[in-house]
Amino acid sequence: MMNQASLFSSPRWTVTSITAYLRELFESDEMLRDVWVKGEISNLSRPRSGHIYFTLKDSGAAVRSVMWRSSAARLALDLRDGMEIEAHGYISIYDVSGQYQLYADEIRPVGEGALYQEYMRLKALLEAEGLFDPDAKRPIPNLPKKIGIVTSATGAALRDMLNTLQRRMPLAEVILAPTMVQGDAAPPKIVAAMDDLLRVVPDLDLLLLGRGGGSIEDLWAFNDERVVRAVAAYPIPVISGVGHETDFTLCDFAADLRAATPTAAAELATPITVAELQGANSYYTDKLNEQIGRVLDDAFINVDDAIQRLGYISPLRRIQRDAQTLDGLAQRLHTGQIHRGGMMREKLFGLGSRLDALNPAKVLARGYSIITRQTDGKVISSQTDVRIDDLIHIRVKDGNLDAKIV
Amino acid sequence: MNEKKIEELSYEEAFAELEAVVATLENDEKTLEESMSLFERGQALSKFCASLLENAELRVKQLVDGDLSDE
Repeated sequence: MMNQASLFSSPRWTVTSITAYLRELFESDEMLRDVWVKGEISNLSRPRSGHIYFTLKDSGAAVRSVMWRSSAARLALDLRDGMEIEAHGYISIYDVSGQYQLYADEIRPVGEGALYQEYMRLKALLEAEGLFDPDAKRPIPNLPKKIGIVTSATGAALRDMLNTLQRRMPLAEVILAPTMVQGDAAPPKIVAAMDDLLRVVPDLDLLLLGRGGGSIEDLWAFNDERVVRAVAAYPIPVISGVGHETDFTLCDFAADLRAATPTAAAELATPITVAELQGANSYYTDKLNEQIGRVLDDAFINVDDAIQRLGYISPLRRIQRDAQTLDGLAQRLHTGQIHRGGMMREKLFGLGSRLDALNPAKVLARGYSIITRQTDGKVISSQTDVRIDDLIHIRVKDGNLDAKIV
Repeated sequence: MNEKKIEELSYEEAFAELEAVVATLENDEKTLEESMSLFERGQALSKFCASLLENAELRVKQLVDGDLSDE
C-alpha cells in the first residue's frame, strides 16, 4: 500500500509552507511555549531598535535568542557577553533564516533563584488582578496639608524626607507612623502603621512609604504580598520611595507614584513649593497695589472734574464772566472810537486836498493872475470895473505888477 | 466678602481671598470707600500669607503605639 501511495505525487511543499508548518508545530507544543533556559550570553547585540539579540550557549549547544523591545525596556539587568543567565520565553522558528530561536521575555541572573522567582510569581499574580493598573493611579494633590509617612523612625530615609519637606513645603503637617521596615516581622507592622495613620488622621492627604537602599533581601518587606495589597487598596494616594534608582519593589508598582529614593518621594509629594507660593503672593500683592493705584487715579480725576464743574457754577465764575463781558464791551467801545477817529481823519484829509485845490496861489501857479484896483483894492473881474487911466495891481505866481489901463 | 478674622484663616483660605479681592477690584465698579476697604483687606491678607510662608516650620507628629502624640 505504501508503495502504491508513493506512485501518487507527494504534497508539493514550498520552503515557506514547510517552514510555516514547522513553526506551527513548535508553537503548538505546550513545553516549548513556557521555558526557562540556562546558558551563557554571547554575540550580544543591542541595536537602536531597542530589541536585544544574543546567542545562549553552553558547552554542548547554542540557540539564537531575541528579546523584543517591549520586554527589553523592563529589563533591570545589565547584560554582558559571557554572563550566565536564565532566560524565560518560548521557542519558535524565524522563517527568514529557517532557524529556531528563543523568544525571551524575562532574563534573570543565575542563582538569584528563589526570591526572584517568588517576586516574579507574585508580580504576575498581582498584575493579573489589576493591582498595578495604570488607570487606577490617583493624582498627587498639589498642596497636601497632612502627609503621612510610614518608615523607620531611625533611618536616613526619614531624615531625608523631613529635610526635603521642610525645604519645599513647610506649611504641611507630617504625621509619622514609625515601623520596622526589614525582616520577617516587618510586613504586618508596615500594614498596621498604614492602618493606624488612616484611623488617627482621617483627613490625611497623602502617604509616603519609604526606606533607604539595601540588598534585595533588605527591601524584601516591600515585595511582601500583604504590604503590596495594602498599598494598592489604600484609600488615599501613596508615593513609594524604596531603595535606590534601580530597585523596583512590588510596592513601587502598586503605589500611585513611584519615586526613585525617599528624597525623591518627598519632592513628588510637594508639587508646589513655598518659593512658588511666595511668588504667587507677590504677584497678587503687586496686582492689588496696581488696582488701588488705578482706583485712586480715577478718584483724583473725578475730583479734578468736580472742582472744574464747581468752578462753572460759582458766583466768582459769574463775576469773572461778567467782568469779561465788561472787558469785551470796553474793548468794542475802544475799537469803535478808533474806528470813528479814522473816519474823521480820512474826511479831514479829503477836505484838506479839496481846500488845497482852491488855494489862489495854486491857481496863480497854473498861469492865472488876480487884478485889483489900486484905489480901493477891489478885484477886477469885469471890463466895466475899470476906466481908461485907472491904475491896477496884477498879482502873478511869483510877485506883483503895477499897470495902467489904456 | 468674607470678613472672618484673618488670623483664623488657613493659608489656602487667605490666599484664595486675596485672589478674590484682586479680581473684584479689577472687574467690579466699586465706590472709592468700598475699594479702599477691599484694598486694606487685601493688604492684610497679603501680609498674613507672606508671614505664614516666611515663618513656616514643618510640624511633625508621631504615632506611638498606634496613637497620636506630639513629637
